[in-house]
Amino acid sequence: MDALLTGLSLAVTPENLLYAVVGVLLGTAVGVLPGIGPAMTVALLLPVTYNVEPSAALILFAGIYYGGMYGGSTTSILLNTPGESSSVITALEGNKMAKAGRAAQALATAAIGSFVAGTIGTILLVALAPTVAEWVVVLGAPSYFALMVLALIAVTTVLGSSRLRGFIALTLGLTIGLVGTATGQPRLTFGNSLLADGIDIVVVAVAIFAVGEALWVAAHLRRRPLEIIPVGRPWMDREDWGRSWKPWLRGTAFGFPFGALPAGGAEMPTFLSYVTERRLAGKHRDEFGKGAIEGVAGPEAANNASAAGTLVPLLAIGLPTTATAAVILAAMQGYGLQPGPQLFEAEPELVWTLLASLFVANTLLLVINLPLAPLWARLLRTPRPYLYAGILFFAVLGAYSVNFQWFDVALLVLFGILGFAMRRFGLPVLPLIVGVILGPRLEEQLGQALQLSRGDVSALWSEPVAVIVYVVVAALLLWPLVLRLIPGRQGPERLADEVDELEEEVRR
Amino acid sequence: MSAAEDADRATTAPGEDVPPPTVDRAQYGLAAVLAVVGVWTVVDSAGLGPGFADQVVRPAAFGYVIGSALVVLAVLLAVATARGDRAEAEAGEDVDLDQGTDWRTLAGLAGVLVATIALLDVLGWAIVGALLFAGAATVLGNRHWVRNLLIGAVMSLGSWYGFYVGLGIPIPAGVLDGIL
Repeated sequence: MDALLTGLSLAVTPENLLYAVVGVLLGTAVGVLPGIGPAMTVALLLPVTYNVEPSAALILFAGIYYGGMYGGSTTSILLNTPGESSSVITALEGNKMAKAGRAAQALATAAIGSFVAGTIGTILLVALAPTVAEWVVVLGAPSYFALMVLALIAVTTVLGSSRLRGFIALTLGLTIGLVGTATGQPRLTFGNSLLADGIDIVVVAVAIFAVGEALWVAAHLRRRPLEIIPVGRPWMDREDWGRSWKPWLRGTAFGFPFGALPAGGAEMPTFLSYVTERRLAGKHRDEFGKGAIEGVAGPEAANNASAAGTLVPLLAIGLPTTATAAVILAAMQGYGLQPGPQLFEAEPELVWTLLASLFVANTLLLVINLPLAPLWARLLRTPRPYLYAGILFFAVLGAYSVNFQWFDVALLVLFGILGFAMRRFGLPVLPLIVGVILGPRLEEQLGQALQLSRGDVSALWSEPVAVIVYVVVAALLLWPLVLRLIPGRQGPERLADEVDELEEEVRR
Repeated sequence: MSAAEDADRATTAPGEDVPPPTVDRAQYGLAAVLAVVGVWTVVDSAGLGPGFADQVVRPAAFGYVIGSALVVLAVLLAVATARGDRAEAEAGEDVDLDQGTDWRTLAGLAGVLVATIALLDVLGWAIVGALLFAGAATVLGNRHWVRNLLIGAVMSLGSWYGFYVGLGIPIPAGVLDGIL
């Protein structure tokens, strides 16, 4: 508690407060704007933030992360085409509400629900992360290796609609991670000395997120303008409050644990929250599909709570489970900080300032976003040529600023083409990014584990935690096969398919 | 990639709603690329030395595993494609998948990006950045190229001075060295 108060006093210094405000504003803006998300924004800012204090940069990133989560909901309520997968569910009821003239209430329940969920989630994070860190700190290299394998397998198999494509993306990411001389010998460098240090994660992330997206949109740009629903200042009456508060809490209960799990993400909890709210709606059940406020309140809370949840494995174990968390991890490594249990001992001030600033960012979100909603809605009208030209501009600047060499820009374009191909072939982005970041660390941990045992492979399952983790990995891999063997079932039902079904059901 | 993309055009032409020939031939192209990268990763690993004496995990080990995995995945993808597996292209706010791929815009953007790479060292960021923004905006459908150039110039000069004054990093100025 004392540590948190110290952190809070550091978080509200004028300078750090400024970073939080900038982060929240920037995060909401990019969340609202189509085509760019929080992961890409954090990636773009990486080279810039290497010149400020790590704590300031992390506060900025936290603000972007939370703001981006919230901004996505504005888009999905006011436009019927959600950009982030985590906002798909919000769009179901949120857009219906907006069309029925209740956009203000939908935005309000999303904003206040995000605040409630974010606050509870951050409290849970503060309570859990140090405990998890204490528990993890005693683990040896074999357990770390197992946990990383779990993270890689989980982001690959649980999310997305095709396991094969998940593994293709993951393996491509691991291949990119091979490049360089980390092991003392040049691997996949073509004898090019510029590749000796490996490919900068900034270049890969910006290329896949920004350039790939810009090229993909350019190839399929919607020529008729989207219908944007005008909105005033968000507000709710007594009945809306009465109908919202329980879904907020239930959504938080779904969101946080899923975010904290290695295969977290927001897709599953938002889906579960929506289904639960529909089941529990009672006399309002008929409104589902026509704009039920519960269907916005619950999933939005789940979405933000999961964002807080993903910070538990990131800070306490050093495992990223979302694209944004992966890029934040890369940023911390850039500062020479190793996220994980040691971080709490080595840099307590930094960690607690970050945690405290999450509360600050969350409060700022509510204070800033309720009055600014009409302005955010106007951002949606940004002319698309300027929006995507701007994205390319900042992407090139971001890659160039890593070393000020044209070579990095060339790599950016090359990986941008890969990003385009991934969107064309339905390859998920997250496994690739996580593969690039965790691949080299996986190799390092394997080396450490086997060095201690002098090459005896059985050392890998010499710790009980490692054994348990491998059992979970095996379960994840074998689960679809098991389901297929059960008579009367045609393999596993994918989350994406269920969401599609739900969408059709609601739209009917 | 170009072979794959050509095939793409053939299979995802606009208004195509006849299901029978469902083989997504472009995916064979992707499978081929994966196989090539995989084989080349294995070959590259085979050329590595045994590493330091205390290196239990040889530098080549990960390359062998990852490269072989890529080849296996390429084969699996080819088989799945032959059996009618189709990719689910990514949707988005500004993405209209009912239209075919707009290759003209893509080629224009590619040209702008290649020009950016080629000119960056010579002309410097302040000029190239402005050209990049104006070129991309024009290719994407905004024909007011004078206004685009002005906005681009403001952005690139703004970012140059932002880096220099705000962060203390001078971006190489190219031909404008001494003027900026």
